[in-house]
Amino acid sequence: MKETIGFSLNGKPVSFEVDPQRILLWVLRYDLGLTGTKYGCGEGLCGACTVIVDGKAEHSCQLEVKAVADKAVTTIEGLVKNGELHPLQKAFVEHDALQCGYCTPGMIMNAYGLLLNTPQPSRSQIIEHMDGNLCRCGAHQRIIEAIQTAAKEL
Amino acid sequence: MKREHKGQGSVYEEYLKLDEVGPNPSTDGFGRRGDPSADGRSPLRFDRRQFLQFVGGGIVVCFSIPDSLALQEGERRRGMGQELPQDFNAFLRIGEDGRVSGFTGKVEYGQGVITSLAQMLAEELDVPLKSVDMVMGDTDLCPWDMGTFGTMTTRFFGPAFRAAAAEARAVLIELAAEQLQVTKDRLKTKAGVVYEVAGQKEVSYAELAKGKKILRHVKGVAPKSPSDFVLIGKPVLRRDAAAKVTGQAIYAGDVREPGMLHARILRPPVHGAKLIHADTSGAKEIEGAQIVEDGDLIAVLHPYPDLAERALAKIKSEYDRPVPAVDDKTIFDHLLKVAPQGQTVTEGGNLAEGRSTAHYVLEQTYLNSYVSHAPIETHTALAKIEGNKVTLWASTQTPFALREAAASLLGLPAQNVRVITPYIGGAFGGKSNNQQALEAVRLAKLSGKPVQVAWTRAEEFFYDTFRPAAIVKIQAGVTESGLISFWDYGVYFAGERGAPQFYNIPHHRTVVYGSGWTTVPGSHPFATGPWRAPGSNTNCFGRESHIDMLAAKVGMDPVEFRLKNLKDERMQRVLQAAANEFGWSPAKGPSKRGYGVACGTDAGTYVAHMAEVAVNERTGSVVVNRVVCAQEMGLCVNPEGARLQMEGGITMGLGYALSEEVRFKGGEILHSNFDTYTIPHFSWLPQIKTVILDAKDSPCQGGGEPPIICMGAVIANAVFDATGARLLQLPMTPERIKDALSRI
Repeated sequence: MKETIGFSLNGKPVSFEVDPQRILLWVLRYDLGLTGTKYGCGEGLCGACTVIVDGKAEHSCQLEVKAVADKAVTTIEGLVKNGELHPLQKAFVEHDALQCGYCTPGMIMNAYGLLLNTPQPSRSQIIEHMDGNLCRCGAHQRIIEAIQTAAKEL
Repeated sequence: MKREHKGQGSVYEEYLKLDEVGPNPSTDGFGRRGDPSADGRSPLRFDRRQFLQFVGGGIVVCFSIPDSLALQEGERRRGMGQELPQDFNAFLRIGEDGRVSGFTGKVEYGQGVITSLAQMLAEELDVPLKSVDMVMGDTDLCPWDMGTFGTMTTRFFGPAFRAAAAEARAVLIELAAEQLQVTKDRLKTKAGVVYEVAGQKEVSYAELAKGKKILRHVKGVAPKSPSDFVLIGKPVLRRDAAAKVTGQAIYAGDVREPGMLHARILRPPVHGAKLIHADTSGAKEIEGAQIVEDGDLIAVLHPYPDLAERALAKIKSEYDRPVPAVDDKTIFDHLLKVAPQGQTVTEGGNLAEGRSTAHYVLEQTYLNSYVSHAPIETHTALAKIEGNKVTLWASTQTPFALREAAASLLGLPAQNVRVITPYIGGAFGGKSNNQQALEAVRLAKLSGKPVQVAWTRAEEFFYDTFRPAAIVKIQAGVTESGLISFWDYGVYFAGERGAPQFYNIPHHRTVVYGSGWTTVPGSHPFATGPWRAPGSNTNCFGRESHIDMLAAKVGMDPVEFRLKNLKDERMQRVLQAAANEFGWSPAKGPSKRGYGVACGTDAGTYVAHMAEVAVNERTGSVVVNRVVCAQEMGLCVNPEGARLQMEGGITMGLGYALSEEVRFKGGEILHSNFDTYTIPHFSWLPQIKTVILDAKDSPCQGGGEPPIICMGAVIANAVFDATGARLLQLPMTPERIKDALSRI
């Protein structure tokens, strides 16, 4: 049964008819056309689908869309402001902190969630927070450095 | 109007005006303009003029990859009736807007060639890097290519690409000489401009290309010498990063076509199972679900993947499961039993004589398990069929092979199929078979709609072409003074790559039993295939573990022992470089420091790793504290990209060394996700240092695969140094480490 679900998406209100049990990841990617959020495992084990819900990093593959009703959702597409990359995005570019790039949106969103709540994380806090995000290409060292750089700038 | 020019040893044709170029009446007469895919024909069907018409105005230089394998493939594709204007694998074009485009069938899956190839073009052409675009893996726009694998892009493609750019620059200078009325020897190039030395005259490449239609094939123009490099050898950041950090980069799963449906396919529970019965009635209850049944293929199509999944879950099925014959423990005995006859790939001296001079003889068997590629992007493809024309967007390392396979599946000529390769979310050798894309083609044909197949993680683990389980058996002897006297080596099911040893051993033999991935019937219970540096990881683990044991046997430091037994100066240099960076001080193993060393060669590159580990002897867990990797890869085009690949190889290699192992019972894969198949996490990360040895005067070698090959051996040797326990099987799980400790 469809319901009207509304939430704030990247700072703008959205409202649409949807089966409330649909998975947020797929609603973002198909219904709302935001393909930056990726599928990697479907079970919350890889972090490729990470988005921010009310200031906290969440796995969108584990959320039914009704869970974000009336909340604020930020995806990778919401980080660029006035054509300017977010400091995290800039730092990922400057540190070459990616290879295939498929895990990158999830990495950046999880790091964004970390910096929202812990603006000056220690290296071990970064590692602990990012440990659920998998990167198969092995850009880990640079991702940590990029997060450290962005934290300094923010 | 056509003029013939002779210059720099090659003939080229210059067409003065675009509209003078018409269709060639001697062909089948489809001289179309505009959209190159309008009638579904590839430009590779064109003759020279049609080809020129397709690429538009400007200066085009075509070239071939001078690789024997590519040449063989060239024979093959001619046999398949594909006509090329000339036999070439790639081309570059200087457009009338001054932008330079490189067209290649090679693809980008993270290895960074989208940056390094552009760097080569910019260097040889003297244009700013930002004015270069790479067009990759589109079978309508790019000439045929056999596939992106084997660390071959920079090694084999690179030199030809540079030569083509050098040729293009020579053409530009000739054109400028005519236009500026200046002799060629007074002209130089810089930043997309030809200028007169000590003069006022200059003209941009854009102006020179305007209204021109020049096509040349490269013949013997020498690229720049290393002392003239401005860009090659300089660290350059990834050119695809901005698209990737904003979520704008398009992967196969991000492509949307009107009316497209998402497929979920009914899968057998184990390899070899036969479907007895399926009841799809439950799936039909999901609104919008469309069931497709065609022989062995049962699938649900739905506009939304999560609802397709929901519908698939409602299908009740029953399978006849074969009795499991082998599992992850018995597989090694099984493989030894079914191994094909060995082939001696290298030998020298006389093994019996070597045995007689040995003071110690050491015999050992090394095992490694099946491992998964596990790219974070699962196999994905979207197929669209319109009339007799097919467009495929696929996550693939082999777009041209896919084009042929899709065409053959549908009974169409290959040129009716266009494969577009968007960014690929990791591949590592695992995205060469294209099963998912052919499934999408079949479902698009059956449903009449564009269909996307994106494997779930469980499907990815089920259909992955795993790195084969393999066995290495070595018998070797050493003299009292620490010289290796003989080396008798056999490898089963990993293949030849990395098998021949490179130490100075008078009596030796290397025998290879079975290829790394061509299936011997009755051997592996599921598909296997190439996995990053195929063969080398297995062979390096066996060889370098055994070398370490010989060193310990004669009470020598493992680095000194290697250097003493090496004559190869490149390897000596690489080992020394790693030792310097690591701060290695000689000690007999096990020294309790947890230091390990291993070295090897792969894809023409020499590599040495050193690692420091800490072993918890109670739990059997290993922490890798630091890894140094020194690599000599000839001319290194982009040191930043190379370091990124080295760090990536080290980090990825921690997985097959410590945790990655496909557990199975017959054809049943006991992993469906990352909870039980554990790949490296942030918390495993050692301190990593990379050293690239200067070798800019020698040809480019491989960069992306060599840095992973020593990871099993270097950690095994470090574990031995820490504890005295010798690990003979990869991965070195806590269970195996505790077992090894108990046997000291």
